[in-house]
Amino acid sequence: MEITIGPLSAIPPGEGRAFEVGSERIAVFVTREGRVFATQASCPHRGGPLVDGLLGGCTLICPLHAQKFNLETGEALSGGEGLKTYPVRLSATNQILVRIEGGVG
Amino acid sequence: MQKKRKLVLIGNGMAGVRTVEEILARGGADQFEITIFGDEPYGNYNRILLSEVLNGSQDPSEIFLNPLAWYRENGVQLHAGVRARAIHRHSRQVTGDHGVVAPYDNLIIATGSSPYIPPIQGVRLEGGREKPGVFVFRSLDDCHKIAQYARGKRSAAVIGGGLLGLEAARGLQNFGLDVHVVHISGHLMGQQLDATAGGILRTTLEQLGVTVHLNKSTKEVLGDDRVTGLRFADDETLACDLVVISAGIRPNVEIALRAGLTVERGIVVDNHMRSPDDPRVYAVGECAQHRGQVYGLVAPLWEQGKVLADHITKRNEKASYAGSKVSTKLKVMGIQLASMGITEPADDRDEIVQFLEPKKGTYKKLIIRDGRLLGGILLGDVSKAAYLMQAFDKSTPLPEERLSLLFDIGAPSPQATIEEMPQGMQVCNCNGVTKEGLVACVRSGKRTLRTVMDATRAGMGCGACKQLVSEVVAWACGGAAEQDPAASYYVPGVPLSKPELVQAIRERRLRSVSAVFRELAGGNEDPGSKPGLASLLRTLWHHEYDDERDARFINDRVHANIQKDGTFSVIPQIAGGITSAAQLRRIADVVDKYRVPLVKLTGGQRIDLLGVKKEDLPAVWRDLEMPSGFAYGKSYRTCKSCVGSDFCRYGLGDSIALAVKIEDRFQGMDTPAKLKLATAGCPRNCSEAMVKDVGAVAVEGGKWEIYVGGAAGAHVRKGDVLCTVDAHEDVLRLMGRFIQYYRENARYLERTYGFVERVGIQKIRAVVVDDSEGIAARLDEEMRKTVEAYRDPWREAYAPATPNQFRSVLPIVQ
Repeated sequence: MEITIGPLSAIPPGEGRAFEVGSERIAVFVTREGRVFATQASCPHRGGPLVDGLLGGCTLICPLHAQKFNLETGEALSGGEGLKTYPVRLSATNQILVRIEGGVG
Repeated sequence: MQKKRKLVLIGNGMAGVRTVEEILARGGADQFEITIFGDEPYGNYNRILLSEVLNGSQDPSEIFLNPLAWYRENGVQLHAGVRARAIHRHSRQVTGDHGVVAPYDNLIIATGSSPYIPPIQGVRLEGGREKPGVFVFRSLDDCHKIAQYARGKRSAAVIGGGLLGLEAARGLQNFGLDVHVVHISGHLMGQQLDATAGGILRTTLEQLGVTVHLNKSTKEVLGDDRVTGLRFADDETLACDLVVISAGIRPNVEIALRAGLTVERGIVVDNHMRSPDDPRVYAVGECAQHRGQVYGLVAPLWEQGKVLADHITKRNEKASYAGSKVSTKLKVMGIQLASMGITEPADDRDEIVQFLEPKKGTYKKLIIRDGRLLGGILLGDVSKAAYLMQAFDKSTPLPEERLSLLFDIGAPSPQATIEEMPQGMQVCNCNGVTKEGLVACVRSGKRTLRTVMDATRAGMGCGACKQLVSEVVAWACGGAAEQDPAASYYVPGVPLSKPELVQAIRERRLRSVSAVFRELAGGNEDPGSKPGLASLLRTLWHHEYDDERDARFINDRVHANIQKDGTFSVIPQIAGGITSAAQLRRIADVVDKYRVPLVKLTGGQRIDLLGVKKEDLPAVWRDLEMPSGFAYGKSYRTCKSCVGSDFCRYGLGDSIALAVKIEDRFQGMDTPAKLKLATAGCPRNCSEAMVKDVGAVAVEGGKWEIYVGGAAGAHVRKGDVLCTVDAHEDVLRLMGRFIQYYRENARYLERTYGFVERVGIQKIRAVVVDDSEGIAARLDEEMRKTVEAYRDPWREAYAPATPNQFRSVLPIVQ
């Protein structure tokens, strides 16, 4: 199921924001080059809020303990569990559309 | 596809194979077909561990660096057990035993060295056969032979009291033999030790049951068909059942000599490790002679291998070997020893700093010239070795305070040696990384400190263990980690040192972090580098800085300190620790209104409201009506103060008023790492000003002492006195000048204690107090501009800087 999250303008370039989908959260990031990624919202390491992390290219650093992730693949770059990622695209009117299969986790 | 060049390596030892590894790491497999001649029938093994094999503490199978499978996997042809016999330079081929012929386009000679056998009668039987019971100690085979022969014997003599001889003696002791060490000169380990250290070592060895004979020249090995004893030049004799000769090594140069290459003590090479006679031929390791030096320790061989690999693969044809400074850390019969450079002063200017405690077997001696380390011996206690060896290697200025060169004062006691450290021992206490974990990471192929830290996060918490992590990584890499080029960069993502980066930023007028990545890093944004760049740009451009919020760490985006549950801590400014009933009432109201779960007094004399939701931050600030206390940034934090002169009966100076002025001047200022200050009204130091980054202590006569470089966190250090001044205004001016100098010259996240030790208090004093570089006025002016650029970030409560800046979650539109 593809859902409309909100306008691209809700997220400043190079940062992320968390969105409430049902009773769950997902994180959406916009890089400075304009690429958009969607992943689970909390860090699998100790539950850090990933949207508060530092973003560069498609690498994200969690704000709590500096765990690193590739947002495109979800791969954990500093060991440990990776991230769940969601396919994401922009509509013609720059709305962020995220495809979610079988709920958010 | 271009045809591959044929590369032949003569010598399958540590230097040669490491060089091949370096070549492979530079894409050499695509350029070369590699063939190796090795006269031992094994893969490459770690010769340094042979004494461990001899004494039984190491299984021979565990010392292989490159098992035979490694050669197969890397497409390297190994002629194991085939000795290279001749180099034919005209036809460009190497011939070896069993008719092996290997043509080459490039040749590397890494034949190592052999034991030197001094002219002693009776070393061999009549007819020239080996005399049973006489051994050298150089190869795995030698170990096996000694072990076999030692069974059932009573006593052994080692000729040579150098490092290897003592290692052999230790091994022999484990077979239950009475061991004698026979040494030709007046003290043991003359290469590494002075007479005092040699004497202490001798006493310690004798306590361990080894008999040491000094000033003994061996004339004859006694025994007609096997060893029965030794006769010395003074005609005394010593009965023994076996002899190990360990009288030094000689480079193996015969094959090079016969090929017409220039050979002196070793095979002469230029700065590319290439023979001056033949551009196709290189030599590396113990057989090579560079600028008159032949090296027998492992670290220089690694450096040579890298240069050779850079050059031969054309990765960097300018790569140049400049010679090595020799330092070593080792264990002789369980006794810790570190040695570097010269062992005796060589000049009238040389200063000696030493400590001697013979009863405990502890001796430390440093030779210092012009504030830099020229040589050192650490025996029995090597806790400062890592720091000193680095200072020696890089010729960095030493701190004025000489005592701390010899002892760790107030710091947690470090582990004796990496070898002794249990596998499961936690190295990084913040992130729970063990020695085992680090070693596993190195084995998986990460060979630089930075890549190991990234992969394990060791050393990335409080940072106090970083030195230890680097030692474990170096140890796991077999002596030396690969140099991470990023180690000299200001931030890892931009390949420039701080001065180079500052120059490039100024020249190209780069005012934003994204501009720096675009212009200086090929457009690759490294997220971890962003906050460091943001800090530097703000320092350079003040209000002209183009503030991209994504470059800030979350704390600086929302001006509060993130907590483990994603909430934040709010600490308003309370200058000098002075508050009022009105302020306290407002704080209490905020705590009630926003249900703040925890209110805590901080160590910096302020009030911390913990567990505040991101959404509530702007409203909390508005209700507090107090400016930010900056308790979250890499910035000036606070200035603690004692009661001072108004009420305290000991107070000599008004520390409260000074603290308030300091806070007013430096509030919110970006600095390379956090900056904590204090003022004390008398030398009783109740506010701990002497262990702050910057502190002022009132002394009799209406004066103030300014301390810099103190620390009382993960690292403990008493600050150095920068100067003594008369008035509050002088304190502010000189503190400001020091802080600006620190801002301009420190590495990102380098605290003042590290900065002051690295630069040296003398240099800092000269620049900051005496204006030796004529920059004092400029530093003051930069500081003035920074002070003027201050703006309370909590004003963003009224005008957020980015969309949804203080929202922790947003609803979706549907």
